[in-house]
Amino acid sequence: METNEKIRNIKEELDKELEGVEKQQELVEVKAKYLGKKGLVTELTANMKDLSIEEKKELGQLVNLLKNEVTEMINQKQQDLQNKELERRLKEEEIDISLPSRKIKKGSRHPFQRIIEDVEDFFVSMGYDVVDGPELETDENCFRRLNVPLGHPARDSQDTFYIDDEYLLRTQTSSVQARTMQANTEKTPIRMICPGKVYRRDDDATHSHQFGQVEGLVVDKDISLADLKGTLEMFAKKMLGENTKVRFRPSFFPFTEPSVEVDVTCFKCGGKGCPLCKQTGWIELLGAGMVHPNVLRMGGYDPEKWTGFAFGTGLDRLAMFRYAIPDIRYLYTNDIRFLEQFSRKDEENEVK
Amino acid sequence: MKLSRNFVSDYVDIEVDSKTLAEGMTSIGNEYDSCSPLLPVSHLIIGEVVDCVNHPDSDHLHVCQVNIGKAVLQIVCGAPNVRKGLKVIVALDGAKLPGGVIKKSMIRGQESNGMICSLAELGLEHKFLSAKDIEGIHELPQDAPVGEDPIHFLELDDEVIDFDLTSNRGDLLSILGMAYEIGALYEKKVKDIDLSYQENKEDVNTQFSLDIKTENCPLFLAKKVRNVTIKESPTFIKNRLIASGIRPINNIVDISNYVMLETGQPLHYYDADRLGEKLIVRMAEDGEELTTLDHQKRILSSQDIVIATDKEAVGLAGVMGGLTTEIEEDTKNIIIESAIFHASTIRKTAKKVLRSEASSRFEKGLDPKRTFMAIERSCHLLEKYADAEIVGGLVEYNHMDMNDREISITIDKINQVLGIELTQEEVVSILERLCFMVKIEKNGTLVVTVPTRRTDIYITEDLIEEVGRIYGIDRIKGKKMILPVVSGNVDRKKRYIRNKLADLGLNETLSYALIPERDVKLFTNDEFDLVKVLDPMSEERTTLRYSLLSSLMDVYQYNKARGQKDISIFEIGKGFSKVNGEYIEENKLAILMTGEYYLGLHPEKVDFYILKGILEEVLDSLGYKNRYSLIKDAKIKELHPGQSAIIIVNNTEIGVIGKVHPSLVKEDIYVMEINLDKLFDFRVKAMQYKEFSKYPAVNKDVAFVIKKEQQAEELVTVIRKSGGKLLTNISIFDVYEGENIGGDERSIAFNLTFQDQNRTLSDEEVMTLFEKIISETEKKCKAKLRDK
Repeated sequence: METNEKIRNIKEELDKELEGVEKQQELVEVKAKYLGKKGLVTELTANMKDLSIEEKKELGQLVNLLKNEVTEMINQKQQDLQNKELERRLKEEEIDISLPSRKIKKGSRHPFQRIIEDVEDFFVSMGYDVVDGPELETDENCFRRLNVPLGHPARDSQDTFYIDDEYLLRTQTSSVQARTMQANTEKTPIRMICPGKVYRRDDDATHSHQFGQVEGLVVDKDISLADLKGTLEMFAKKMLGENTKVRFRPSFFPFTEPSVEVDVTCFKCGGKGCPLCKQTGWIELLGAGMVHPNVLRMGGYDPEKWTGFAFGTGLDRLAMFRYAIPDIRYLYTNDIRFLEQFSRKDEENEVK
Repeated sequence: MKLSRNFVSDYVDIEVDSKTLAEGMTSIGNEYDSCSPLLPVSHLIIGEVVDCVNHPDSDHLHVCQVNIGKAVLQIVCGAPNVRKGLKVIVALDGAKLPGGVIKKSMIRGQESNGMICSLAELGLEHKFLSAKDIEGIHELPQDAPVGEDPIHFLELDDEVIDFDLTSNRGDLLSILGMAYEIGALYEKKVKDIDLSYQENKEDVNTQFSLDIKTENCPLFLAKKVRNVTIKESPTFIKNRLIASGIRPINNIVDISNYVMLETGQPLHYYDADRLGEKLIVRMAEDGEELTTLDHQKRILSSQDIVIATDKEAVGLAGVMGGLTTEIEEDTKNIIIESAIFHASTIRKTAKKVLRSEASSRFEKGLDPKRTFMAIERSCHLLEKYADAEIVGGLVEYNHMDMNDREISITIDKINQVLGIELTQEEVVSILERLCFMVKIEKNGTLVVTVPTRRTDIYITEDLIEEVGRIYGIDRIKGKKMILPVVSGNVDRKKRYIRNKLADLGLNETLSYALIPERDVKLFTNDEFDLVKVLDPMSEERTTLRYSLLSSLMDVYQYNKARGQKDISIFEIGKGFSKVNGEYIEENKLAILMTGEYYLGLHPEKVDFYILKGILEEVLDSLGYKNRYSLIKDAKIKELHPGQSAIIIVNNTEIGVIGKVHPSLVKEDIYVMEINLDKLFDFRVKAMQYKEFSKYPAVNKDVAFVIKKEQQAEELVTVIRKSGGKLLTNISIFDVYEGENIGGDERSIAFNLTFQDQNRTLSDEEVMTLFEKIISETEKKCKAKLRDK
């Protein structure tokens, strides 16, 4: 047979054989059969030594060409097989992405604490310190140092849980005012807030015997009621929305003089009048005033030199407003279905 | 305080409507609850019943023809006292009554064009109705003008503002006080009160004496009047009492109440003949009894002030008179008592016994000048409306300062505190509106004379408030404070833990610190005394909690009862205790987990190791890595003895972790609690980068067989110790119990990592170390090497 014809036959045969190959192993066998040491391609050169130099050269070239071609064909097949295999795998690994995800339970932070953190962040940004005070307080810090001596009528409005003659559950975070002034032995200016739990003997649909308050105190030179108003205006806008307005009404607290009640435009109706604000457009939000000279004096600050303002507000109502919670008791019932709802990031205030 | 507009108009002219007045008063610090007509009615007219026949189809209804002047209306009426010739109050078609709107209608076939009214139907409270008025329609006197407004005719056309006053403004618990306040608001003069009367030639001091035996009564006045006529009060007195919420009785009792309302000074009138010739004021004996005017027997204590004769107590000072000397139908002669008692003593007695109109005034402090005025005003009214003969002289015991107070203040101080710019003229004008006298000194200082009626003003700041509120406190413009820049401090550790736990899938709770006494010692083995409130609201809220875990168990029970099974919750709060007489308050973190934690197609329930992992994550992330350990411990009886441990940080116990004991709950519940104050006492170094080794690590696996009751931690400790510095990590990758090892044994497989910071370790070196670890562990833990 002519060499050329042999070559053609080999190629044809290979072509046929490759067509039947489906597995990697078969391809390895085919490769050995053609390109192995005793493979069909190598066999072509078996009689080489009997040929002339020119013939050797010619045959060598033809066989090399064939070798390249065969290799190329096998490689091509190799690639095809790999592609097929990949396709099979992709097909096999296809999943139903609509099945449920795998995750842990959804955690949440309590709305009460969320509000505290917001209040803290606002005041810390203005240079206030956040101070913690004991809930189990002395009568001295909770009342006497706040200008509420024994027998004072203002004690009536705050039904107190007494533990013994001197100790009680604080009825107001104002107790921390007295502590802070005393603790600051250098008598430098004070800017502080104290959020926390307070307790009163009072339990009904709108009151809980345990609730939250935040107290603020500034003591410095030349502090005025106008400064207080400016500060609370910013606070109200931050907590309740940019369009919130603040109104001062004279009032009475034993530890401030002058004292004011601070109303804000109703956060439900924006001031138009609704059942929440009893059609007045205003909601009473804070009690505040200029620190009473007796309180400054008892805290070691000379009222001739120092003035200050103080304010206090309930945290529960802020939480109820922000998250549209209709009943204060929901905050303390701890129904999982309630708690789980507070699992995401707070949005910034919407401007009404 | 219910303010009758008619009443206060005696003393100050009011030119605005009542709603505006109420708003105006609110703007100067006197908040109001409600403002409404005394009787909220409309479309009423006086009529005369010109004919009255029985309803043909009813045994109690009447068909009446009522002349209302411009017409005669047929009205069906069910009242038993309706009859021909009676003058009545007619509600016309469309009339608004508290019970609804009156409409023309057919009543059992008879046309009815309105309603004949009782006073109750007009909205008068039951307690103000006479016996006759309770039974039927109101019978107007025969001179009532047909066709006119009956409310006006009855002088009930009044409006009432109910104020919610601040506790410092005791002076506003009087019509006169209100008149001064309204006068200041609208710049009106307060009119004089009529105190005129005639005295006879006698001197009461020859007939009557006082013996004041307690310092709690600094001022006591007594005056005598003779031969009073007891009868019904004039209409204006009755109506003003009604508008003020007080029930009219007879002219004598009514006058004492009327004067109290006017002046704010509570009075007591005694039947002089029953009383005798002397009054004693003293503290009660413990256990002393007194029957008060309301027929209640009161047991008194040495904290209560009583008014007494030589024989017995006749009144509970400042609260209520006694029954034995009360004014009765046959009373002729009266001793009037006008006194001041120590405010907080009265407050205590009133709180214990009874809050009355009198005590609420005594409690807030009174003006001694009004104490005198009330006597004079009583005499004036008793002479005029009870034909009294006024006995001359006054029995007087007076240890009060009667002088007005002088307070100095500068314009600068006012402006500095309020943050506004008022001129001297403006300030003086405001103070004069309040009827304070102002002297201006050469240096510009104002010397302000504050009348004794203002029991709330003592210091300059009080005056500043007065200026501020009359100027209009809301007119002050808010300033943006210019503050030196300093950074505020806030402790973010607890916040960090809360965020971490929320991220780990737990829900934060907020529960009550007051819990039932029986729960306080649960989930703890610590020695401490309970912290109980003296006067709890209920058995469920008597004691401050020490551990937060019983609260979390309650939360669990609450949710379980509502079908919730997967509960992972936490709370940070205070735990309270008393140790060696000292109160202690500590921050604690409590966690409770039960039900599924991993969700999805292959959910996984909480077990001890999930909770342990959460504990480790909290401690590691706070910087306590490698500084804590768990020690198996069965001391807490609420926890499973085989699945509980104490948590140790730096060799100090800071908390507990474990499974709730199956005798408490069926479900698998895991809890932990740590004392955050104790934890935070251990300082954590700042986070700093540490160079990691660039040389290869060698990993070796080894499994040991130990007794089941042995803890893996035992092995870890020995392995770590014998491995030394080059052993950089130990991890457990398998635990096996079953075939090929003893029934009381288990196998624990470790992967050990060896590495050096500065060089590549040689095989021999690692093998030597590995052999050492094996032999040490075998020896010290009585462990067997598995599959040698």
